Amino acid sequence: MKDRLPFKITKRKNPSGFAVITVSFLALLGAFIVASIVFWAYGANPIQAYKALFSGAFGGLYEISETVRRATPLLLAGIGLVIAFKAKFWNIGAEGQLLLGAIAASWVALFSPVPGPLMIPAMFFFGFLAGAAWGLIPAFLKSKLGINDVITTLMMNYIAINLVLFLVQGPWKGEQQWGFPYTDKFPASAQLPTIGNTNVHWTTVLVGVIAAFAVYFIINRTTPGFEIKVLGSNPAAGRFAGMSYVKTTLFVMTISGGLAGMAGVGEVAGIHHMLRNPSELSLGYGYTAIIVAWLARKNPIAVILTSLFFGAIFAGGDAIKVSLGLPFQITDVFNGLILFFLIGSELLMSYKIEWRQS
Amino acid sequence: MIEEWVVGTLSRTLAYGTPLLLATLGEIYSERSGVLNLGVEGMMILGAVSAFATAFITGNPWLGMLVAGLAGGLASLVHGFVSITLRANQVVSGLALTMLGLGLSGLFGKGFEGKPLDSTITNVTVPVLKDIPYLGDILFVDQSPIVYIAIALTPIMSFILFHTSLGITIRSVGENPSAADSSGINVWLVRYLCVLTGGILSGLAGGYLSIAYRPAWTQGMTSGMGWLVIALTIFASWNPSRGLLGAFFFGALMHLSFRLQPWVAPELLKMMPYGSAILALVIISLGTLKKSMGAPNALQQPYIRGEK
Repeated sequence: MKDRLPFKITKRKNPSGFAVITVSFLALLGAFIVASIVFWAYGANPIQAYKALFSGAFGGLYEISETVRRATPLLLAGIGLVIAFKAKFWNIGAEGQLLLGAIAASWVALFSPVPGPLMIPAMFFFGFLAGAAWGLIPAFLKSKLGINDVITTLMMNYIAINLVLFLVQGPWKGEQQWGFPYTDKFPASAQLPTIGNTNVHWTTVLVGVIAAFAVYFIINRTTPGFEIKVLGSNPAAGRFAGMSYVKTTLFVMTISGGLAGMAGVGEVAGIHHMLRNPSELSLGYGYTAIIVAWLARKNPIAVILTSLFFGAIFAGGDAIKVSLGLPFQITDVFNGLILFFLIGSELLMSYKIEWRQS
Repeated sequence: MIEEWVVGTLSRTLAYGTPLLLATLGEIYSERSGVLNLGVEGMMILGAVSAFATAFITGNPWLGMLVAGLAGGLASLVHGFVSITLRANQVVSGLALTMLGLGLSGLFGKGFEGKPLDSTITNVTVPVLKDIPYLGDILFVDQSPIVYIAIALTPIMSFILFHTSLGITIRSVGENPSAADSSGINVWLVRYLCVLTGGILSGLAGGYLSIAYRPAWTQGMTSGMGWLVIALTIFASWNPSRGLLGAFFFGALMHLSFRLQPWVAPELLKMMPYGSAILALVIISLGTLKKSMGAPNALQQPYIRGEK
């Protein structure tokens, strides 16, 4: 029976680049098909919805700039997650690390004695440190005490959210904000320049692109990068070769948390110019970055593309929200479905179809 | 005065710990069979929204609970299919389920936000028992019947897990699936059923929140309780009775984070349960259960017949 089929299915060890791209594409398609059922169930015409999504993300220069704006925090946080996932560290805490970066940047902008010209570099520097510090706590707990990283990084997110809320409603509440839970506006020297009238703060984009290549270099061309890969794929072998799991984990999470922290700096310095409610600072960028990293197949340079893809979903989601009256949670639905289809289809990649010669 | 405060706090602790307990019992079964389900938050919120919608439309809150269980169960089967049948990464699949659950509940719950619910599961006061000093006020006055259901479920689920052949089957699938398979156990079926049990209980936990505990639907109303459940499962060493202690301990913390608000900033208080979860894990990791902390051996490992 099996032999009569016109093709045969065999297993392979390493999926080819072509298989990875084809399967990823099919997975996205599958997710969009299921999402259209959700649209339809909600009473919205799926075709109309996708049209609105597409034109909201790419319909014009402004729309494209919105896509880039949303992609910026995803880029930085996504690169950080790539390196964490390479080391098999489940950093689900990019959201909290991002918020800590935003807090540090706000401190520099509003309360530090840093002089104007040094303001922006200092914000990125302290943002990196704060994000890294937030990420190092779970890194330490995992590598030293064996405590589950998924839980600690997640719990740290909730603590970070409440920390921001505490600051904006309490000690840092702005005097010029008529009682709203915001800090005061940043001085001009602490605001990132944007391209024209858009919300694209190009400094952060540049930092992100440089980070992508830097992390690629670290992973593929340096000793710590080699240790990350070995300990991530075969910890026992790495330890036997004298590699330090603790040191590597701390190194990885310094970068991972730090990059997420810089994403937070970009949001407050480039868009909001103040610290405010966490749900306005981040639309769950830290969680979406997980899918960004996964779709990039843990390649930091591919994150540039995948972050743009999810930036488009955020920007398009905004457009659907306005034109079809769908709530903003539609982007969560997309994210969840895409992630399911991506991981569900991975099994397909390890098989190949060979057509029989007739 | 102080007595009244303590009694009141303990009584509300039960109410707050109940959703944690229900979901933790379910997650313990899921993980005992080898399947980590990080989708608890998503399943709870789906349970909450479907329970509210059902009770709102039909006027029958118990039907709402039934639908909540079904919704949670159905959602868990998606995770089951992806992680058991398609053998995908359990961590990522669970995260996807949470995202999807939060998204769908926000989408379909939009119309119910801020609506008052007329038909709720009302609290009961048990006659006679309510007159026991202190204990009566804590346990038997103005409690939801679901609190009692959750508490009663604990010894039953503990007994099944540790004293019946079904329990041995579940645990062997989670410890050594290939040995279980060669002794004739259907590993996939057992795992699916345990994941389903977890889903149903998470759904019920959500339903309790939206139609019994504080009858209302707001998006994101589970606010991280699902993640506390994941921590509680470890904290409980995958043991239902310890799950009960843990659930009510965290229930107390969550309740206190409201109770202490006149004295401490609410945002700082809200950090307490999450910070305590980390602290609790640190404490047990320093204790005797070091290293594995008693986790099922095959947790997070997809089972492939013919491979070790």
